[in-house]
This record gives sequence, C-alpha cells and structure tokens, in this order.
Amino acid sequence: MAALLEIERIDKTFFGAHALTDVSLDVEEGTIVGLIGENGAGKSTLVNIVGGVVTPSRGTMRIGGQPHVPRSAADATRAGIAFIHQELNLFTNLTVAENIFIDDFPRRGGLIDRGAIRRRTAELLDALDLEASPDTLIDELSPGERQLVEIAKALHRDARLIIFDEPTTSLTTRETEKLFATIERLRGQGKTMIYISHILADVMNLADAIAVLRDGKVVGHGPIAEFDIPKMIRLMIGRELKQLFPDRTGTPTDAVVLEASGISQPGIVKDVSLELRRGEILGLFGLMGSGRSELARILFGLDERAEGEIAVNGQPLTRHTPSGSIRNGMAFVTENRREEGLMMEAAIADNIALVSLNDYARTPLRILDQDRLIGAATAIAGDLKIKAGDIRRQASKSLSGGNQQKVVVGKWLLSEPTVFILDEPTRGVDVGSKYEIYAIADQLAAAGNGILFISSELGELMGMCDRILVMSQGEIRRGFADRPFVEEDILRSAFREDAEA
Amino acid sequence: MATERDPRRKPRPPAEAAGHRQNGGMGDDGAAAPAARGAPRADPNRQFSTGIIATAIAMRGRNILLSEYFVLYLTTAYFIVLLPFLPVLSTPANLSNTLSNVWPLLAVAVGQTVVLTVAGIDLSQGSVVGLTSVVGAMLLATAASADVLSGSPIWGVIIAEGGGLLSGVSFGLPVGILAMLVAGAAIGMWNGIAIAYFRMPPFMVTLVSMIAFSAFAIYLTQSENIRHLPESYIALGKGDIISLYFGEQAESRIPRRQIHALVTYPMIISVSLAVAVHLLLSRTVFGRQVYAIGTNRKAAEISGVPVRRVIVLVFMLSSVCATIGGILYSARLEAGRPTLGEGTFLLDVIGATVIGGTSLFGGKGKVIWTFFGVLFFVLLSNTLNLMNLSSFHIDMVKGAVILSAALLDVTRTRLLAGGR
Repeated sequence: MAALLEIERIDKTFFGAHALTDVSLDVEEGTIVGLIGENGAGKSTLVNIVGGVVTPSRGTMRIGGQPHVPRSAADATRAGIAFIHQELNLFTNLTVAENIFIDDFPRRGGLIDRGAIRRRTAELLDALDLEASPDTLIDELSPGERQLVEIAKALHRDARLIIFDEPTTSLTTRETEKLFATIERLRGQGKTMIYISHILADVMNLADAIAVLRDGKVVGHGPIAEFDIPKMIRLMIGRELKQLFPDRTGTPTDAVVLEASGISQPGIVKDVSLELRRGEILGLFGLMGSGRSELARILFGLDERAEGEIAVNGQPLTRHTPSGSIRNGMAFVTENRREEGLMMEAAIADNIALVSLNDYARTPLRILDQDRLIGAATAIAGDLKIKAGDIRRQASKSLSGGNQQKVVVGKWLLSEPTVFILDEPTRGVDVGSKYEIYAIADQLAAAGNGILFISSELGELMGMCDRILVMSQGEIRRGFADRPFVEEDILRSAFREDAEA
Repeated sequence: MATERDPRRKPRPPAEAAGHRQNGGMGDDGAAAPAARGAPRADPNRQFSTGIIATAIAMRGRNILLSEYFVLYLTTAYFIVLLPFLPVLSTPANLSNTLSNVWPLLAVAVGQTVVLTVAGIDLSQGSVVGLTSVVGAMLLATAASADVLSGSPIWGVIIAEGGGLLSGVSFGLPVGILAMLVAGAAIGMWNGIAIAYFRMPPFMVTLVSMIAFSAFAIYLTQSENIRHLPESYIALGKGDIISLYFGEQAESRIPRRQIHALVTYPMIISVSLAVAVHLLLSRTVFGRQVYAIGTNRKAAEISGVPVRRVIVLVFMLSSVCATIGGILYSARLEAGRPTLGEGTFLLDVIGATVIGGTSLFGGKGKVIWTFFGVLFFVLLSNTLNLMNLSSFHIDMVKGAVILSAALLDVTRTRLLAGGR
C-alpha cells in the first residue's frame, strides 16, 4: 500500500524556539494513524502544517505523490485535507445544509439552489446515519451530531485525509461510540485519517499505526502491534510513569464536612443526598446529562434549588450564594476552565488572587496589601509547581492546559477552603499533568479536606476515590464503597441497567 | 501618575545597544548581507552603521508604538508638527484656554473609563451633565427673570424672582452641590440596577436614560437657561489659584486678559477625581473586581465577586463623574443649561476614552490612558478651531483623525498580541 501523505524532515521554529525538529512521517492510504504526545509536544503544529495553517521552516511534504505546499488552509482543503477540530467550526445560526455548502453554494439563476443542497445534504447525512433534516439549525444539534456534520462536510469536499483533533472531548459515551463506528466505516471506504487524542485507550482501539511526538520530535512510530499503553506513556513523557495514580496518603475520618439532603430542582436533580467526610475523596460519576455538573453548581450556590438543605462543617447555608459558600470554606473548580475558571487575558497572580482579595485588604477602603498578596500567590504557584515566568506579568492563556488548571486550583487554595468540588479537573490535560493533579487532590484530602471529585472518566475515579456515587437522570442511583471497584457494576448502574430500580 | 507600572510597557534599551543586539541575533542583517549578495559596496562600514541606525530607529518606533504613553507621544508629535503652521498654538492664552477645556471632559471621561472596563457603556452621561446643571442652578440661582422662566414647572416652586430655594441660605452651596451629586448618583443607580439585576443591556438602558433625562431637564426649564449663579459656584468652574503674566509691569494695573490661568479650581477638582479613581482601580479590592468582571464575568461570579453590586456602584460612579463634569461646565458657562451635554459631547467622552486605550469590550482600561486621550481630543479640537475651518470641516477632519488613531491602535494591539 502506498503512502498517501509523506512528511519529510519538517522543521518549524517560532521566534527561535523549535516547535518541530526533523519530523518525518508517512501515512499509508486507507489507514488511521494515532498521533499522541503531551500538550506542547508539537501535535497541533504538525497537523497545522499539513493543513496549511502554519508554514514549515524547512522540509517537504507530498500528498498522493504530488508535492504538497499549501499556502493557506484553502489550499490544503483543495488538496483533499479536512480538519475535525476539538472546537467545531460550524455556524450555529445556519442550517446543516448551509454549513456543508458554505464555501461553494450551487447556484441557479444567480440564487442559491436550495433544492440541490438539500438533496445532497440528505444523502450525506444518510450515509453517516445522522437523523436530522438538512434544514435543522446547528444550534439544535448535540455536540456529537455537530461532529457528524463536520464529517459530512469533509465527505462532501471529497477529502482524502481527515484529521481528527481531540474529537471526543465534548461527546457522551454513546456519541463517542457512534463516532468510532463512523470512523471505522470511513476506513472501510478507503479514507485515510490522523487521530489525535489524550485518551490512549481510544487510540489503541482505532489506530493502525502510532506516531508519538515529544518536544517536537518523533520518538516512536510504527504499526499498532508494536505498542501498548504503558509504552505509549513512556514514550510521551520520556520516563517511566510507574503508575497512573499516586498512592493515597491519608484515610477518611468520620467527621462530615459537606452534607446535602433532599436536594431537588425540577428537571435537573431529584432528591439528592450525600455526605462528604474529612479526608475523603468522594467520586461522582455520571454520563453526560446525568446532572452531575448541575448538582455541583447547586451545591456551590450558583444555581437555585427548590428543596433541600446544604450544610458545610455543620453550618447550614441559607440564602445560598457563591460568596456564602466561599466564606464557609467551599471551593469549586468548574469543568469549563476557559469560560468559568480563568480570566485568560489576566496575569496568573491576578487569577490566583481573585477569590481571596478581601483577605488581603485593609478596611475601610479595602486597599490591597499588594506585597503580601503577591507573596502569597507566589508561594502557591511554587507549591503547585506552576511552570511560568513572572506570575505578575504572564497571562494565563499562555500556559498549557495542565498549568492553567493548577492556576484554578491555586486561586482556591489561597482562600484556605475545607471542601473542594472538582468538576472534571483533568479534562484537556496531558498524562503528566494529570498525575500532578491527582497528587494535589490526594494531598488536599490527606490534609483533612473533603473532596467531591466529579468525572466522566471512570478510570480516574476508580483510581483515586474512597467512595463513588453514580448519578443518572438527576438522581443518585447508587453508591459504591468497597475497593476494588468493579467497573462493570458502576457502568451498569450509570446506564440504569442494574437490578436496583 | 508618571510612576504607573504596566506589563505592556517594554524596557527601552539605548538605541545603539538595540541595534547591535538585533544584528547579532539575526545574522543576515547589516554588514554581512550585502557581501553575501555579492553587491559591490564602496564602504562596507558605512553600510554597517546605516544598518544599525535603521534598525535602531525601527526598534525605537516599535517601542514607542507599544508604550503605554503612546497617545501622549502622539499628542506631542501632533503639536510639534502643527506648530510651524499655527504659531498661535503655543501662545500662553491658547495654552491656558486649551488646558481649561481638558478638565471638565476629563472628569466625565474618567467615569466612562470605569464603565467600559467593567464591559459596560454609559450613554447617559451627557443627560446627567445637563440635568444636574439644571438641578444645581435652580437651587442656587441668586435671582431669576419671570420673563424667561415663568412658564416652567419649577417657577414659584423651586425658583422665583428672588432666586432658588438655597439662595442666601447658609451652607447653600455645599447643599446644592450635594443635591446635584445625589441626583446624578440616583440616575446611575437606576442604570446599574436595570443592568445588573434585570439583565438589560447597558447600551439600551443608558440610551433610554439619555433620552428620558435630557427630555426631563428640558421640561424643567422649558428649554431655557437658568442664569444668575452665585459667584462662589462660578469660581468652581473658572477660579484660578496660580496665574501667569508675561509682560512688563509698566502700568499699575495689568489688563485681565493678559493674565493666564495655570492652576485653577477645575484643574484641582478634576485631577483629584482622576487620581482618586486611579487609586480605586489599581489599589483596592473594588478595582480588582471591576477588572475581573470585565475580563470574565462568569469566573468572577464563581469566585465570589459580588458582580451585581459592583456593576451598580460602577454606574453610580460614572454618573457622579458626569455630575462633577456638569458642575465644571455650568460654572464656566455661568448658567444651568438642560442641553449642556447634548450634540457631540458624548462622542468626545467615549472617543477620548477609547483613543486613550481603554477597550470597548471590557477588562482593559486605565485612568492615565484616558487622561492622554482627553489631551489629544482637546488639542485636536483646538487646532481645528484655530485653522478657522467651518464646523462641517472640523467634524470631517476630526473623524479622519480619530479613524487614523483607531487604525494605529489596531496595529498596536496586533503587535502586542504577537508577543515580544
């Protein structure tokens, strides 16, 4: 079989720093190459070069034997390359059909031939098994359906090489399965794909070959048979990661730090009760839409509840607001770092300071004690090993995902809470940083805090938690307290397939 | 305020050093390049030094463009370039007059700066200027003419031939000014509550306020001005503390028009306000919360920032600043005038603030930037007036200059975003 895409000795430097060094890679026609590496390893730069978004400093590419020198993304599209991004590039205010035909509407008498685009779109959607009308607005589709529309767009353009960049981050389990089935079907039809993901198990399942990038270099490349997950991790981080999860250093006590009883909000959560103890990491597992993040928001006082009591350290929270929660020692690391966690444009120190400003101010004018504040923020940044230059100057958006997450954790640590709600704290974070975040969670628990760990990755909950609660359709379905946890039981409960009704 | 520190400000190396570093780093600049290309050069050393100087100038230009004081440099450059054509620009009389135009506008623009930083906009400032000038004048006037005001609803109730309610009352002036500030703060509070608690867009809310309160001010006086303000009030808008006289003292009396005010009450009022708001933004919890909300409202909310309360206070502050501007304008005019803040006034305020560098999208704003923006705007109007252009021409040229300034700002922003 011939190589569809040949990448030869590509170098790329940004402002003198090497992003890619002497990268060579062949992608065989009709196969899926899994491209893996830590954040900042150069995966995005590489695929952006293929996609014409970035120009290489040196090196050549060939696609189907022809030299591939894209000057723009449009050039690459013409060469048959399609991108399915993490954040999708669809116009949510337009219909499915309009999105697919956005750059070449067929015209009849100067007007868009709506009949034609509708027919063609219906065919494409049919082929992808997506039950939606061509006239549906993208707004009304779920993330998984939107992804299929992106794929339909690629197919419409007759793409030969489809690049998936972290396609599953916002998909439910079912949607992910459907996506994988689609990918396999496309391979059957002879399409070539590059699949980028942090979820190594998915890569193992899908890919025919693996390419591992580290610090801008290819450190491993070969057929899937030569790889297993430990080897991939070893190649990615350049050292042996003995275990995925740190050993737990503390044990839970009996003292309850967070108690919720009978929390209900119509259409969102139903009669939820839970107890979180000192020194405990309590897992909360649920599928997308099970109400886990919504419950977290209610617990923190961001959203209303129709019924139910919430008490922190025995103190009931009435007229519940975020500032009330913070005063009582709660911290909330939200699932959406970019939109709710960080001020991306602001300096690291400003982010860390945000929750605790009042603790560092002299009344009555609330003048900030800048020196003390910067000192405390610097100490936190050091404790968490945030990799940054001057925290007073450097904007948070310049940090890697893992370090950004540490800034979010840092801003809460400064307020010295006793109850942490962590909602998907490792989403979009690479393997090495994940371990660091687990270790932080463990240390916090060992120091006597209570941690509510919300995740859709069952593996990390099983690795880190003392107990796991399973949420489904807005209620706590079941609790699991006995280690070792049995994955199958928990999943069955989440899918409501267990005996308990 | 000159000690202001800002992350955007790059250290400026001496020109020579910068040139050398650039050459050393790039390798193919300067002396090496012509030789490599095989171009015959009579004197390579000369080439080398021109290369250095060109690079140094480019570096300098870039640093000036990226500097926090860019608008100040722009203003100075504009002044210097026009000076040969308009020698009158640098006369003490003109300078003194130009400065006197800076202070009231600065007071109002400082308030706008805070609102823009929290990602809002306040279109009602002009109407606050007009309405509070009427409120102050109707309370404080020492006399009034029935011919002018007898048709207004306030005649006989608040103001009559003997003057306003507070005329002749002890402590009348501070009470009158307090009444103005309360009226201004109330409008700001209304704006803030509508925006923060009812989630209405700032543009809409303050647009409605602008229309409604302007109309109310006009209704109060039936579109007439209220004159006969007390001397003590007028002093707030014109009173000078230090003045200069450039001439020989040949006669025993110096003509009034040859004395040029330098330090005036409006200057002190306006600068104090600007310094106070600057400290509020840069040194207090409240200031940090303003930036936080402007940068990411959701994150601020989750982090326990009392978002709604801060927004209400910000709009109140904006209106209070507009009221102080109203005091300065009406005192200078020696009258309360309902239409004081109409016409292009609001554009001057927002234009000066934005040209200074404050972002329309929130999270980025500084009082010192606004001060430079106001200087630029006032100088621009002044020069255009001195050129004896018609008001149509003035507005067209003003538009063009603002557009160029905005273009430069876009370039700066792009350079800043590009790193280094």
